[in-house]
Amino acid sequence: MHPVITTVLQRLGLGLLTLFLVSIIIFSSIAFLPGDFGEFVLGQNALPETVAAFRRELGLDEPTWLRYIKWVTAVLQGDLGTSFSGRASSGANESRTVVELIAPRLWNTLFLAGVTAIVAVPLSLFLGITAALKRNSLYDRSVNAVTLTTISFPEFFIAYLLIVFLAGYFPTLSTVNDGTEFGERLFKIALPALTMTLVIVAHMMRMTRASIINLLASPYVEMAQLKGVSRSKVILKHVLPNAWAPIATVIAFNLAYLVVGVVVVEVVFVYPGIGQLMVDSVSARDIPVAQACALIFASTYILLNLLADVIGIVTNPRLLHPR
Amino acid sequence: MNTDTEQRGEKGDILLDMRDVRIDGFSDERWHHIIKGVDLTLKRGEVLGLIGESGAGKSTLGKAAMGYAQPGCKIKSGSIMFDGMDLMAATEAEKRELWGSRIAYVAQSAAASFNPAHRLLDQTIEATVGHNVNTDEDARRDAVELYDSLSLPEPNTIGERYPHQVSGGQLQRIMTAMAMSPRPDLIIFDEPTTALDVTTQVEVLLAMRNIVERFNTAAIYITHDLAVVAQMADRIKVLRYGEEIEDADTNSMLTAPKEDYTKSLWSVRALEKPESPSDDIVLDIKNIDAAYGRSVKVLKDVSIKVPRGRTVAIVGESGSGKSTTARVVTGLLPPMSGSIEFNGDVLPAELKDRSKDQLRRIQMIYQMADTAMNPKQTVGEIIGRPLDFYHELSGPDRDKRVSELLRLIELDDSFIDRLPSELSGGQKQRICIARALAAEPEVIICDEVTSALDQIVQEGILKLLLRLQKELGITYLFITHDIAVVTAISDEIVVMFQGEVVEQGLKSEILQPPYPDYTKLLLSSVPEMDPNWLDNFVDARD
Repeated sequence: MHPVITTVLQRLGLGLLTLFLVSIIIFSSIAFLPGDFGEFVLGQNALPETVAAFRRELGLDEPTWLRYIKWVTAVLQGDLGTSFSGRASSGANESRTVVELIAPRLWNTLFLAGVTAIVAVPLSLFLGITAALKRNSLYDRSVNAVTLTTISFPEFFIAYLLIVFLAGYFPTLSTVNDGTEFGERLFKIALPALTMTLVIVAHMMRMTRASIINLLASPYVEMAQLKGVSRSKVILKHVLPNAWAPIATVIAFNLAYLVVGVVVVEVVFVYPGIGQLMVDSVSARDIPVAQACALIFASTYILLNLLADVIGIVTNPRLLHPR
Repeated sequence: MNTDTEQRGEKGDILLDMRDVRIDGFSDERWHHIIKGVDLTLKRGEVLGLIGESGAGKSTLGKAAMGYAQPGCKIKSGSIMFDGMDLMAATEAEKRELWGSRIAYVAQSAAASFNPAHRLLDQTIEATVGHNVNTDEDARRDAVELYDSLSLPEPNTIGERYPHQVSGGQLQRIMTAMAMSPRPDLIIFDEPTTALDVTTQVEVLLAMRNIVERFNTAAIYITHDLAVVAQMADRIKVLRYGEEIEDADTNSMLTAPKEDYTKSLWSVRALEKPESPSDDIVLDIKNIDAAYGRSVKVLKDVSIKVPRGRTVAIVGESGSGKSTTARVVTGLLPPMSGSIEFNGDVLPAELKDRSKDQLRRIQMIYQMADTAMNPKQTVGEIIGRPLDFYHELSGPDRDKRVSELLRLIELDDSFIDRLPSELSGGQKQRICIARALAAEPEVIICDEVTSALDQIVQEGILKLLLRLQKELGITYLFITHDIAVVTAISDEIVVMFQGEVVEQGLKSEILQPPYPDYTKLLLSSVPEMDPNWLDNFVDARD
């Protein structure tokens, strides 16, 4: 088998192993959360028998390891379970499945992340490459200073600044629902997308700049110059093909942040994303939803990093064309 | 398509004329003069050897001949005329048009100078096609012919490979093909064989010389190795500290150098130590097999006897297992099998099992003195550390011993408070020698200790090592690939090849025929200061 396929399969296996370990961590950390769901829902005055019956109904009376196995087996079959919320002390059961709850929220988050990425990734690549080419120029210094400033503020502060200055042009509440038109959706998420762009551009741009500068100093770039290859061709043909691995790693890291780390921005703009859902479900002790959210976050991280690894591997001629 | 004889001008016309060129370089926060007013003229079809120690500015001058100043340098003044074109006044675009079509460059490290992401053939013809010197199809066909005439294996398919898939010597030849592909008027060879083993170097030299002769290309050949330049150049220019020392025909330069500095360059290779046999074995390496990790064995049944107070030189190409042998002796790499006896006792295989006294008796000096010293420690601390560790000296006793050691290596007390960054390359290596001596060892392993140094500095270090051996009776295990160093310092020679000992014996035995095949190849590949040496080498081989 080609060594690249072997390596990619190895990485995939490692990713799955990581996901498995993460599932154990997620499950046990939620199991260690203080407080009891039964008491929380039924109130402090509930009779111990009622609480016990309620717990039995939800399967919370079983030992932890058994619950973990049941959960994992169900997840492997595509069943993320049923939300606890919607159950009332009255006994009425209006609970929905976790998939039903998460799907629209996840879609919203992915939409926001996608729009941000489409703007932020090319922007930071462009800024990074141009800054590297004009190293130590005024342009380079300004780009560095501005991006460093934006990354140094907490996201919510940038969000509020944008609201202060751009409230007249863009909506400050990003309330969307299933029926919102695409164009209107874009318009409504302009400010959160801009906030997150400002946060992630600095990291990606600086990493791109650093790897390009590193490669510009390599003997083969000088060789290309001394062969009379034009400036733009030197960058496109001789520098970039060797720069993808580090750039892909930092892009993957930031894309993962777009999915996983946006909860603060979602709260500021009241955007119905998956981050809010997770926070709500944790405070409501809605174990199945919280677990599912955590699992989705973990998978996003693992998947994106896996992708970056694979890009690093397939752009490395030493691995692609072994001796 | 160019033919072998086609020329853009007559042979003997002046192709390149540099007058009073001054170049400054920026380092340590200020500008330094690198080239201080050098003239250089080159006729069509002529090969000029540019020679000097590192820091002499030969590489900077070579690149300036293309009108190029590397980052951190600028050409301050002077005139550079290439075939009637003023390179000082030329724009970047005009120079780019010249580079890779009429002037080509061959870099020192071929491995680093090829882009790892592209196939060799694509890189070979990039400039030729990019400058519209030739069509893509013709350039490819021509490149294959060039590969063939440079004696590259499988010339039809080698270009399809990536740089990491071929050896260093092959890469250097492919780079020559790349330079030759547009049939330039001038090629700058910037130390093209310095990174190669002698046996590979001779093949590359031959290939380069033949192709330069065949196409009657003018060349500037930059090197620090006199014997190499003697083979390549019609004329030699000696540089020192950015100034010209001497410029003359190769023959008259070799037979009658005028300047003292030039003569001193020539004399380095005259150093020779009379051998003296001994049967008193201090270090006995017995049947060592070793490997890194679970990979293939890098040492196969290696046995070496090292007599007390003598120098045993281990020679061989890179990858022959010389340094691995040193790592096994020091305990850094426990062998798979075999043993090491020191003064008749078996040494524990692993470093951590050896007693402090056993450690003290075997010391090591490395090739890169730079990286072998803590840059934040002063010379006094560096030399004082083993005094403290092995001899528990402190306070005035330690200071006294440090000054003694400094005098021993021909330096004085003024060095005590200096940092390694304030020392020259030769001084750094002396400090490393003093640090090894501080332990009062019986055996010192010297791993390519002079390889990174210039010839004159090399001579100083070798003389110091010889004097220390005479005075203190130290035994050296001397690892090197340089045969000149071997004749200078050794009593016995061990020849290694692919992890095995090919031959061991007294210097006079090894360096006299009859030789085993490999020793013969190794010895005959070392260039000599005779301009006809390369021709004789070819005659002898054929």
